Amino acid sequence: MALEPVAGEARPAAAPLLAVEELAVVFPARAGPLTALDGVSYRLARGRTLGIVGESGSGKSVLALALLNLIPPPGRILRGAVRLDGIELASLGDDELAALRGDRVAIVFQEPMTALNPVFTIGEQIAEALRLHRRMTHAEARAEAIAALARVGIAAPGLRARDYPHQLSGGMRQRAMIAMALACEPDLLVADEPTTALDVTIQAQILELMLETQGRLGMAIQFVSHDMAVISEVADEVGVMYAGRLVEHAPADAFFAEPLHPYSRALIASVPRIGGGTTRWAGRTGRIPGQMPSPMRLPPGCRFSDRCPLADAACREVEPALEQVAPGRRVACFKVGR
Amino acid sequence: MSEPLFAVAGLSKHFPARGGGRITALVDASFAIAAGETLALVGESGCGKTTLARTASLLYRPDRGSVRLAGIELTALSRRALKPHRRAIQLVFQDPFGSLNPRLRVGSIVAEPLVIHGVGRARERRARAAHQLASLGLEAGDLERYPHEFSGGQRQRIAIARALVLEPKLLVADEPLSALDVSVQAQLLELLGDLRARLGLAMLFISHDLAAVDRIADRIAVMYLGRIVELAPRAELFARPSHPYTQALLAAVPRLGAGKRKPGTAPKGEVADPLAPPSGCPFHPRCPKAQAVCREREPPLEAKPGAAPTRRVACHFPD
Repeated sequence: MALEPVAGEARPAAAPLLAVEELAVVFPARAGPLTALDGVSYRLARGRTLGIVGESGSGKSVLALALLNLIPPPGRILRGAVRLDGIELASLGDDELAALRGDRVAIVFQEPMTALNPVFTIGEQIAEALRLHRRMTHAEARAEAIAALARVGIAAPGLRARDYPHQLSGGMRQRAMIAMALACEPDLLVADEPTTALDVTIQAQILELMLETQGRLGMAIQFVSHDMAVISEVADEVGVMYAGRLVEHAPADAFFAEPLHPYSRALIASVPRIGGGTTRWAGRTGRIPGQMPSPMRLPPGCRFSDRCPLADAACREVEPALEQVAPGRRVACFKVGR
Repeated sequence: MSEPLFAVAGLSKHFPARGGGRITALVDASFAIAAGETLALVGESGCGKTTLARTASLLYRPDRGSVRLAGIELTALSRRALKPHRRAIQLVFQDPFGSLNPRLRVGSIVAEPLVIHGVGRARERRARAAHQLASLGLEAGDLERYPHEFSGGQRQRIAIARALVLEPKLLVADEPLSALDVSVQAQLLELLGDLRARLGLAMLFISHDLAAVDRIADRIAVMYLGRIVELAPRAELFARPSHPYTQALLAAVPRLGAGKRKPGTAPKGEVADPLAPPSGCPFHPRCPKAQAVCREREPPLEAKPGAAPTRRVACHFPD
């Protein structure tokens, strides 16, 4: 198998598992092309978790879909490249892409009911992936599917394998979905709001499951969430999306110690801190005036300029590029020392 | 001790389950709320928060137990005799889209409780509705508009205006924030806090969001599988949770500044099936401290030994 069992060891920057270069995604609309993602570039090494955070409409889910070349038509990748282990996805044919998905790259969505097939049992769906990608026999695939369910903490996996998706609780379905995503031991797991629909104790279980599996398999994870606190619990590095742009990309420790982009600061300030009646709410301190602009009506210059407390004339004319301000740390803001 | 404004005792409720059997939705719930006080009910999906709110406000008739408002036992009253007392308990629901009649203008929606309870004449009702809306930050012109013309946060203000127009003593708010954006949640939470201070309103505030509860509650009741398992003043509950489930719940909430999640800290297992609740303590199958007695006997909610009587916990081995 192509996997390296060592977790947490980034390969040299020259050979990242995932390289995204100047990626742009457009959706045609009546009023003209809608650029949902614009000029996004980053790299992700094996064994690392990149947390992508942003509000709804920031482009974070479009980015997740673009990594698997799953942008729903008529949307399309306008320019840029996604490379997995040096292989450019755009160069692959449909069959080669299909072989890659579910095998080397897997995705987990917020609502597993939309991703699981309601007319097949959980066990059949996992076994199918194994037969397809691992060329197992029916009997082998079935045994391995049960083992995969056991590994994600599902009790009585032999019985649960015979259940249909609707027979499972929300937490169980998300475990089954993760079992399916991990069955072929992917190099990259893309998780789009995987715990948003779950209660907090089940969320905590699923987050642990993902981190434990990463420790075992050494896969890279791109974890997408609107919830900064959830991101802080799983991420090694953080990417902040705003209006289709990556505006900050930083190691998690440095990011949470001192977010640099004014939007990152506002996002962090708006997270309530719980305990002892001192919960601070967005309402008091960090509320960001206004709304994220629609891709149809972007302000000139920096896309955050119309809401930014630091914005000046230059910010409203020229859009800042994402530039390195410290080792491993990039920010798209003229007001951050570079 | 003088009678509290509102008190429920031994409240229980079952529902028939599809395909036979019964769902134990609420078991032996007891609490009191003083005038001007906010009690929060917290817990995860299916724990019985909404059933308790609706049974305590007599939208559901309890199978057993007592509901007392200002010293009057409400469960003993006939439907007709209950009606004048209903004025004193008003509700706000989670979904501000489903809870407002889309065919009525906002002025009529807010005045409707006055019509139902035969308060005043049309002109006076209208004036009271307008006054109530104005006190919640809506404008005079809004009376003539329809619910779909408003944002979620504004609709929830309209729902609150409707609840307050009868000048209730107790406001029961069932997840009033969870359908709203975070910034709007903060505004509405401030509004509810102001109302409580201004009107001396007692509040039963149901939420799964511990951050919101931390901001508004005086005391917190934690529910698990239809039972109140811990009841404590807010600051004490957050600082020194006593029940193992409360501890697990607080530990599971993602927090900033704690770094990456430590493996092995998430609570084990899932909530039991309410059709087949476990024997003894309902939390024992997931509890790290469970002993033989926990499987055999359900611990009652009682004052914690050596603590203030305001702290109650249902556990054989509380911290």
